[in-house]
Amino acid sequence: MDFLTIIQLLDSTVRLATPLLLACLAGLFSERAGIFDIGLEGKMLMAAFFSAAVAAVTGNVWLGLLAGIGSSLVLAGLHGVASITFRGNQLISGVAINFLAAGMTVLIAQDWFQQGGRTPSLIGGGRFTPINLPFAESLSGVPVLGPIYAELLSGHSILVYIAFLAVPATWWVLFRTRFGLRLRAVGENPAAVDTAGVSVVGLRYAAVLICGLLCGIAGAYLATALQAGFVKDMTAGRGFIALAALIFAKWRPWHAMGACLLFGLLQAIALRFQNIELGGITIPVQAMDALPYVLTVVILAGFVGKAIPPRAGGEPYVKER
Amino acid sequence: MDKMPKWADVVLIPLISLLLAAVLSALVILGIGEDPVAAVKLMVDGALGSSYGWGYTLYYATNFMFTGLAVAIAAHAGLFNIGGEGQAMLGGLGVALVCLLIPWPHWTLALVFAAFGAGLFGAAWAAIPAYLQAKRGSHIVITTIMFNFIAAAVLNYVLVNLLRPEGSMDPATERFPEAVHLPSLHELLAPIGIEFSKSAPANVSLLVAVGACLFVWLLIWRTPLGYEIRSLGKSEPGARYAGISSVRTIMIAMLISGALAGMMAVNNVMGEAERLVLNATEGAGFIGIAVALMGRNHPFGVFLAAILFGFLYQGGAELALWTSIPRELIVVIQALVILFTGALDNMVRMPLERIFLAMRKGQN
Repeated sequence: MDFLTIIQLLDSTVRLATPLLLACLAGLFSERAGIFDIGLEGKMLMAAFFSAAVAAVTGNVWLGLLAGIGSSLVLAGLHGVASITFRGNQLISGVAINFLAAGMTVLIAQDWFQQGGRTPSLIGGGRFTPINLPFAESLSGVPVLGPIYAELLSGHSILVYIAFLAVPATWWVLFRTRFGLRLRAVGENPAAVDTAGVSVVGLRYAAVLICGLLCGIAGAYLATALQAGFVKDMTAGRGFIALAALIFAKWRPWHAMGACLLFGLLQAIALRFQNIELGGITIPVQAMDALPYVLTVVILAGFVGKAIPPRAGGEPYVKER
Repeated sequence: MDKMPKWADVVLIPLISLLLAAVLSALVILGIGEDPVAAVKLMVDGALGSSYGWGYTLYYATNFMFTGLAVAIAAHAGLFNIGGEGQAMLGGLGVALVCLLIPWPHWTLALVFAAFGAGLFGAAWAAIPAYLQAKRGSHIVITTIMFNFIAAAVLNYVLVNLLRPEGSMDPATERFPEAVHLPSLHELLAPIGIEFSKSAPANVSLLVAVGACLFVWLLIWRTPLGYEIRSLGKSEPGARYAGISSVRTIMIAMLISGALAGMMAVNNVMGEAERLVLNATEGAGFIGIAVALMGRNHPFGVFLAAILFGFLYQGGAELALWTSIPRELIVVIQALVILFTGALDNMVRMPLERIFLAMRKGQN
């Protein structure tokens, strides 16, 4: 494998890791506040459809992004109502949201565009275009560092940079602000937060809505930047890979980035090579597909550093009366 | 003291939830510019109006009975088995191996062993998440989700690289031999003089599914093991103080759950397709969640809910055929049923409890 191939592989790793990263950080906020969310997939899918649909109709990708975020927030609100207000089962609510998105997107797409559950292909202003970082052209001749800068770091859409900037931002919010301290506390011991006079319900809603916002960006990225338009079930399990990455990272922002890049790399490899020859043994492409999930199970099993979720995760908070 | 009489909990709440889901679905149909009344008529006609329609409805219902029972029995142990889909995929592999590797003299023998193979593979696929939950405390929801994806990859590998007949491009096994063909309802009912559609896929596995419902009922409410499973589901510390081993009970409950999900393959792989294809399960493992929620985890409830969803599936296919409403409408209805009977249960329950309390006060 030559240098340029590696650069190209890493370049597509960054692009494939972006939606995982956004969804993973989304799950991080929600689960740190004690609300399990297996509906990341559904929220992304809904956002992917509405961003592509609005971008296709208006020709403006920013309006598309807003619509995507809006639709994802609606589903996040539903999850909040079910799991916070009505203290329902958060896992079942997540399952319902995934199906709701899978069904509604196709239903509405068929009604609006009559193209078999897809949106028209996005052209021109309907898509996020690559941003060339300054001097990328002129520096590309510099050996080693030039291609890394020009090919790997430059030339992504704005959402990619937002996703990677969201990592330090998440870290700062969670670990350096009062809001973040309370948010983490509400996921560990909501009764203590309540005793301190802080609203458990308010904090959890805030976390769930931040989760919706990030899932919205993730979905919009899929449909308007990574690909040009919405197709049925286009998230293809990414929400669950993000969930796997979240566990792999043990609910920590920087580790989440590492995990998402790793899983992105696996996707990039599976996309580029069908079967990989490694010392006489052929690794089938299916092994690449399954690896993120296998790794997550191994981590969950606690054989290589146990993953312990936030203590109050999945449990509705009932104030004593 | 219970806040509500038992019948309200068992019948009234699911009915109200179903009604809410139906109203919202009607609004969705209105929203996409179709007539909900005409749609319901078409669904009833298509799914229940002929023995052909019934044949499909019962075929789907058979799948959902197995997966619904699988979710239900795990739920009695306090576990959420979301991995029915993967377990059913592996069950399909078990059926295919049994049918292809051994030359069976008669379908009855093949059915027994295929059901055994399906159950074995399904149970094996549930065993690892069960062990990790029981011994290491790894959350079973996450591990079973991961195992669904791993199952898809495994099946893909096996079909593409190992079981695909030479020269075939299609990732599927070769056709099962004629001897393992399961009699359809047409072939079963014809000797006793009942005319049933020839082309509908409902087959003898329906009886196996009904038998499984009975088995689960007996197991849960009439055996010591069922008592242990239910106590564990109600309260783990309570069960522990009563001397019930949580590790053993979790393992057994999940193995039975996985076996039931796997046995679905007898219907869809052996009874209908008569070969193993990719995505043979078609999401039936997930519908089991809706079916179990709707049926309140009771085998008879699961039986009724499975037929309801069988009707929805066949009716949805008819809608997609005759109107511009896509099949995905059923996915939306399924989501709404899961939402109202599962996640938003308290939304229906709390006002009802208040009404019943007020009525009781009025009597005293």
